[in-house]
Amino acid sequence: MKAQDTSELFFSDVRVPKENLLGEEGKGFAYLMQELPQERLSIGIMAMAASHTVLQQTIDYVKERKAFGKPIATFQNTQFKLAELDTELTSAQVFMDRCLELLVQGELDTVTASKAKLLGSELQCRIVDECVQLHGGYGFMWEYPVARAFADSRVQRIYGGTSEVMKLIIGRSLIAD
Amino acid sequence: MIPRTVFEEEHEMFRSSVRRFLEEEVMPYHAQWEKDGQVDRELWRKAGAQGYLVPQAPEIYGGAEADFRYNAVIDEEVSRSGCTGLGWGVHSDIVVPYLMNYGSTAQKERYIAACVRGDIVTAIAMTEPGTGSDLQGIRTTAIADGDDYVINGSKTFITNGQHADLIVVVCKTDPGAGAAGTSLIL
Repeated sequence: MKAQDTSELFFSDVRVPKENLLGEEGKGFAYLMQELPQERLSIGIMAMAASHTVLQQTIDYVKERKAFGKPIATFQNTQFKLAELDTELTSAQVFMDRCLELLVQGELDTVTASKAKLLGSELQCRIVDECVQLHGGYGFMWEYPVARAFADSRVQRIYGGTSEVMKLIIGRSLIAD
Repeated sequence: MIPRTVFEEEHEMFRSSVRRFLEEEVMPYHAQWEKDGQVDRELWRKAGAQGYLVPQAPEIYGGAEADFRYNAVIDEEVSRSGCTGLGWGVHSDIVVPYLMNYGSTAQKERYIAACVRGDIVTAIAMTEPGTGSDLQGIRTTAIADGDDYVINGSKTFITNGQHADLIVVVCKTDPGAGAAGTSLIL
């Protein structure tokens, strides 16, 4: 994400007028909790789109790339890997689309949104990792989109609430009375 | 093959236009922006002119009052393009919704239309160097002083941090009160 202007910000006696308060004083945490599901689903949605892209790039690559005298797409391992990834991605996409429907209806709850973020970002990283492997050494070269996808995907499990925080939210709901 | 049923024909038409915009206005320049460490500020206004920023904003503020599936289409196409420099998702899906949902009428009138046009780029300052996942533990303070708040603290990993004209800062207006002392300040 080298074109992202992500920054550190410092506030030292910064004066802002009181009318810049958003909503009510002391409600900030509640507002954050209210808005986070949408943010988390967005991350899940982006994870799916990125995964589809990298999987397709990898399918194109393995059909071109030859080793031991034939395209590596002809090897059973390649096909098995692709089959696994595509199966997982297909099923996750259905879940993500259903979550999007729920969000539009105003019915996406925090726990389900957390599942969308956890599932989407973890699957994206697994898919990208396997796709790097199928690219061999070229998968580690910055000129190849899969290498960038590898670098860019990793933060998906961190920002917007880490996978561990997602699991906490989901886990707490499971054991709640 | 399981066909996707979540989108209607209008969303797919919108998708084609977003894709074309990314191919013409973003992809050819993205490598340079990676070197620059930020996208061209003007791109935000171009995207705003096309309706790609905050499509769900109310019509009175220049938005299309679109459903969130339009946001999803934009997210998917940006993600698909691999152009990771675009911070539109944070702006449209995360920050401006705070203004829409919790802002006063005066705040909405002052900011939302400009956010839709891309004249204002937004960011949210949540994470701090010393507190990552522990949102209740944030230490940036906003202490009331006359008609002002005085803000002290530091924030990190702020997407759109350089271009941002408007930042929602998560801070403690009552540092002793934990989560209940947390407020959002523009």
